[in-house]
Amino acid sequence: MEIQVMENILGKNDQIAAENQNLFAQKGIFVLNLMGSPGAGKTALLEKTMAALKADLRLAVIEGDLFTSKDADRIAQHNVPVIQINTSGGCHLDAAMVQKVLPKLDLEQLDLLIVENVGNLVCPAEFNVGEDEKAVVLSITEGDDKPLKYPLIFKESAISLLNKVDILPYTNFDMESAKTDIRKLHPAAKIVEVSCMTGQGLDVWYDWLRAQTKAKKKRDGGENQ
Amino acid sequence: MHEMAIAEGILDIALDYAARNDARQVQCISLLLGEMSGVETESLEFCFASLSKGTIAEKAELRLQRVPLMGRCVKCEQEIHIEGYNFICSKCGSAMELISGRELRVEYLEVD
Repeated sequence: MEIQVMENILGKNDQIAAENQNLFAQKGIFVLNLMGSPGAGKTALLEKTMAALKADLRLAVIEGDLFTSKDADRIAQHNVPVIQINTSGGCHLDAAMVQKVLPKLDLEQLDLLIVENVGNLVCPAEFNVGEDEKAVVLSITEGDDKPLKYPLIFKESAISLLNKVDILPYTNFDMESAKTDIRKLHPAAKIVEVSCMTGQGLDVWYDWLRAQTKAKKKRDGGENQ
Repeated sequence: MHEMAIAEGILDIALDYAARNDARQVQCISLLLGEMSGVETESLEFCFASLSKGTIAEKAELRLQRVPLMGRCVKCEQEIHIEGYNFICSKCGSAMELISGRELRVEYLEVD
């Protein structure tokens, strides 16, 4: 006997992601899913971001990590609410993991929530957690061939941050080629060259985050006015 | 290794539909996998085999059907197979929207 199904394999995750998204919309919180390889500089970027934005935005961070709280400890030093999720070896965060920790955050008091995913250029791209946008951090030492080698994560990300550009002269990273490939994958993507060491380009990133957060408030109103 | 999560999703759906139809055995699970869905098929089969042990889907064959990555230009509406992940229209240079190739779907089951 043949049974017609036509169901999405990740349908359950998408359903929980939609629940998270509804909750964030009610509260008018802009949520960013921050992805990238291990060592790309996601946590360094977040540390800079916390320091720069905490005066004018109410922020919180959810830290995905395989086993440790090393990243969460770094964020906590900035006096920003941070929740740790240990995936115990799991290669990505999913919507249910995020949903489970949301009661630990005071959503009434938030404008911006950044979810730092597990370091990985493949799996996180496939699992929505309820975010408004995805962002990917690619450090130039990883090589300019990565966008086409890991296309989905760049296709899904509204903004690509090319990090560690301060050491560009010491590498063979072809900036134009990397940007061309990202644009092919996502013609409307915003691409920013940054260095978390020198601060280069970070203002562009902060402005993008501020604009997105403001737009979300305007769009959904939210109760957190 | 998100193939484990995908295999879990496939098994949940298969067992759910099999139970609703009073099936004793799942023979085959037909899957639609988009060209850009990023699934390693060998690893998916391995994960599914280990997860399905002891269930009525234990002997099920996974029938994988690839769905090509197709795009439509937002301006001139040309529809083409996307090559080299290039989502810029070859005719007019506008952005192409993805119309297929991201599928991760259970299409049908064959059961006894």
